[in-house]
Amino acid sequence: MIVIGGGLVGSAIAYGLQRKGVQTLMLDEGDIAFRAARGNFGLIWVQSKGIHFPPYARWTWQSAQMWAELDAELRDVTSAKLDYLRPGGVEICLNPEDLNDLAAELKTLHTHAPHVKYDMLDRHELAKLLPGLGQNIAGGSYSTADGHVNPLALLRALHQGFIAKGGQIISGETVAEINHHADSFAITTQAARHSAARLVIAAGLGTQKLAAMVDLHVPVRPVRGQNLITERLQPFLRYPTGIIRQTAEGTVQIGASSEEVGMDESTSPTILASLAADAVRVFPHLQHARIVRSWGALRTMTPDGYPIYMQSITCPGASAAVCHSGVTLAAAHVLTLAPAIADGTLPQDTAAMTSERFADV
Amino acid sequence: MFRLPRADTKTVRFAFDDQIITAQTGDSIAAALLAAGHRSFRDTPISGAARGPLCLMGVCFDCLVTVNGAPNQQACMILVRDGMQVRRQIGAAGVVS
Repeated sequence: MIVIGGGLVGSAIAYGLQRKGVQTLMLDEGDIAFRAARGNFGLIWVQSKGIHFPPYARWTWQSAQMWAELDAELRDVTSAKLDYLRPGGVEICLNPEDLNDLAAELKTLHTHAPHVKYDMLDRHELAKLLPGLGQNIAGGSYSTADGHVNPLALLRALHQGFIAKGGQIISGETVAEINHHADSFAITTQAARHSAARLVIAAGLGTQKLAAMVDLHVPVRPVRGQNLITERLQPFLRYPTGIIRQTAEGTVQIGASSEEVGMDESTSPTILASLAADAVRVFPHLQHARIVRSWGALRTMTPDGYPIYMQSITCPGASAAVCHSGVTLAAAHVLTLAPAIADGTLPQDTAAMTSERFADV
Repeated sequence: MFRLPRADTKTVRFAFDDQIITAQTGDSIAAALLAAGHRSFRDTPISGAARGPLCLMGVCFDCLVTVNGAPNQQACMILVRDGMQVRRQIGAAGVVS
């Protein structure tokens, strides 16, 4: 089996295949890739996922439920320290209208996902969870379903675990061409030619072009997010939130911007200033914190934001997987998706997540 | 500790924790502390290990100290001034509330 893509999605699938005994070669474009994992916020997030698409809400919930198992396994296989915690998560609403919208959305989610427990909180109640919360905040929601993890440590652990289980990684090769003939795939990179009986394309923003070579329609586009990170501070924030989280080392990660700017992962002062202003509005004491780094990264986004998992009909043995929730879904990818791919199928849980839902696009 | 002879410079006095240190105008905090025999400027946030200056050119962030109440200041990049209050940086910066 060959997996094209060494990011969070590709390496989770590759690790999951290898641990099932499928000898796997992972082709990783390397550090020049537009790796979404670099900009990942590290959230294992359930409360906002699939509100209008129950299969995605269910898939997300299953993954979050299996995350402790993945964490334990990766720690065991690699001695990695992922800083995985599931204390529950907070969505913070700066403005009253956002709070009303959030309440309506979570109510909708509750109709098909009653197991996702949540509470709507006004500013006073929210401040009990978030000491130091600013005065000018409308409120938010708290759900026990959410957690967080160090996304870079996760990526590294998946690669290490894959190697520990006997997988092979080739880095620094960009796939140019895929040819299917006589039940086998020939994959040509700028440096070599590889062949395998089966193939998974999980190459993030590169997936659309590569999937077309095996007659799969996988529409994706880049959506840029920008990040700020502060100097290390003493622990003050117990819960991950949608816009601010404190890492195990004490740095405060500030993010959540969303821009359609093509293949451009630079930063812009306007966005960074607005992220910082929101952070200071949420926690006024952060005005004293120094920012040590800022950067941009590109999310892999499908037309509706939900994942795509498909198998090629004309090129049997080829499948593709993309999503923008590589951290949240890592457990589902390792423990559910990869075993199904090893068996030559896809999980029943992802049956609704093909690109056929974009038939009219 | 050796130091360059600079007869024309004036001396300044600053505090490092509870010690008063005399330095030369134009010294960085790091240079002045090293000249006074200090090697340990801070304790790291995670393991609490002692750290001191490594690069002395603003890159390594190992010489962090608290200067006049502001945490995580690079001692190698700030010149000493008369009356400055410098403290060892112990762990991560506190949250001001």
